[in-house]
Amino acid sequence: MRPFKFTKVNDAANAVQTVAANANSKFLAGGTNILDLMKEDVMRPDELVDVTRLNLTQIKTVSGGVNKGGVSIGGLGKNTDAANHPLIRQNFPLLTQAILAGASAQIRNMATNGGNLNQRTRCSYFYDVAMPCNKREPGTGCGALEGINRMHAVFGWSNDCVAVHPSDMCVALVALDAVVKVQGTDGAERSIPFIDYHRLPGNTPQKDNNLNQGELITAIEIPKNNFSDKSYYLKVRDRASYAFALVSVAAALEINGNKIKQARVAMGGVAHKPWRATEAEKFLTGKEATEANFKQAAEMEMKQAKPLEYNKFKVELGKRAIVRALMQAMNGGKV
Amino acid sequence: MEDESKELKLTDDEQELLTELLNDSAKLSETGKSRRQFLRNVSAASAAILATQMLAEQKIVAYTPIENVSGASSAIENGVKVVMKVNGAEKSLNVDSRMTLLDALRERLELTGSKKGCDHGQCGACTVIIEGRRVLSCLTLAATCEGKEVTTIEGLAKGDALHPMQAAFVKHDGFQCGYCTPGQICSAVALLSEAKNGEASYVTADVRAKARAIQLSDDEIRERMSGNICRCGAYPNIVAAIKEVHTGKDVAQTWQFAGETGVAIFENAEMNKEGA
Repeated sequence: MRPFKFTKVNDAANAVQTVAANANSKFLAGGTNILDLMKEDVMRPDELVDVTRLNLTQIKTVSGGVNKGGVSIGGLGKNTDAANHPLIRQNFPLLTQAILAGASAQIRNMATNGGNLNQRTRCSYFYDVAMPCNKREPGTGCGALEGINRMHAVFGWSNDCVAVHPSDMCVALVALDAVVKVQGTDGAERSIPFIDYHRLPGNTPQKDNNLNQGELITAIEIPKNNFSDKSYYLKVRDRASYAFALVSVAAALEINGNKIKQARVAMGGVAHKPWRATEAEKFLTGKEATEANFKQAAEMEMKQAKPLEYNKFKVELGKRAIVRALMQAMNGGKV
Repeated sequence: MEDESKELKLTDDEQELLTELLNDSAKLSETGKSRRQFLRNVSAASAAILATQMLAEQKIVAYTPIENVSGASSAIENGVKVVMKVNGAEKSLNVDSRMTLLDALRERLELTGSKKGCDHGQCGACTVIIEGRRVLSCLTLAATCEGKEVTTIEGLAKGDALHPMQAAFVKHDGFQCGYCTPGQICSAVALLSEAKNGEASYVTADVRAKARAIQLSDDEIRERMSGNICRCGAYPNIVAAIKEVHTGKDVAQTWQFAGETGVAIFENAEMNKEGA
């Protein structure tokens, strides 16, 4: 690992100023991804600003604003604590399931909620410094585009990058219309709708998200909803546990009578950002919650997929995963 | 010894290595002691050859403690002073900002129980318990551990009395080569309190149910231990060991020492094979 300055800070404002002042400085929270990337020489910050002790860990009911009655999750709280908080387990079980589908108990104990959003792709070409990668070294090309791209995107990719966002937690958050609260470099707070937080690669794949240098995630808010008794997070992977998703689906339904009042479907492992399956959602609204309708919704969503040479299986897998996740949601989200 | 080395015209690097290896009188682990004794017993000439061979690996294997804050070596860049409690004892260190907790434990505090498997957070061999939570020491910077309470495998037994989880791993043969074992045991110990607190996992049937102490099924234990890889594949025995401590009830061993009858059966079978 290359040498770096280790900087301690007393408050969020100090942390933001310090990182904003040095383009090669990064926040250090859980460290589970950035330290690994530094060991691999993929990321080379010359300063880490330790934010692990900042008081941004609370989970509480939102008391005002547009998300009133929803929940606010501290940006520097641990994944484990978010997954197990009674407010989340009771009202947003989709988020609990998604967090618990990711990584291992040890990593969830370390990793923070804000850090989960900012983790980098696990594309093997990004990790291997001997390979071309526009995300790591802009202008060097994409090794995965015509390489071994079994784990890669089927939606929204560009010729510059076919990597996927690795998070499970973010798939639930995008489905639940979360909002990212950010402390800006001018000291003011800004809100970023979750769907606009992460980016598609376009010709700037080096930018994973729309956060500016120095901006710190203080909290993630989830608006109140009526999905808590009909939601499910399904993760399909090569091993039963502790592996990244081939395809994952966050499904949530609000039923009125025998009709779907509102459907939320989001997918992981398929795009450079957590993928909101809007085609499926549109189709399902107002329809009956039947397997046949779920199948048709899945068809419509996956029709837009553009698979690469080695991930064609993700199209059929995606369809089946959408149907199964929706069926499980109807079943009360129980395993 | 130093004089003999000089006669051999060692390079500066070799000389530095030998000096470090031979003059260090700090207390040594058993392995360190025999390595040192071995070096003292061989001739200076072969020691020089050995030194050359070991040059590359010496930074990893040779005993080179950088003892305390005041004696900070010039090898430390961006030094950070850290005081933490390890297995109940307060430890004060000046660490390179890059140093992981795992390396600090192993290389500086002589606690080599925690193992470096992958060093990338994928295997769990480095698992330790910080403030009651299991974490990966290979992805934790020592510099972030100021004021933290760290428990390693060395801190679980009370004197000669093994921690119940250690005893259960022995009873159930929860290992083969043993390399992943310290991480497995630390992980399993923390798992017990997670279950007691009613924490959910991905295979928990109903995460909306109110959190209360959970009786873990084998599937729950497997899911919750998935961050600890065992390349020897001792998983069934690891699950049995954890189940025994978790339930407080005897779990039958999947193996036993062969009694007289067993030995006789085996011998007869072997004789029959030879006769065939």
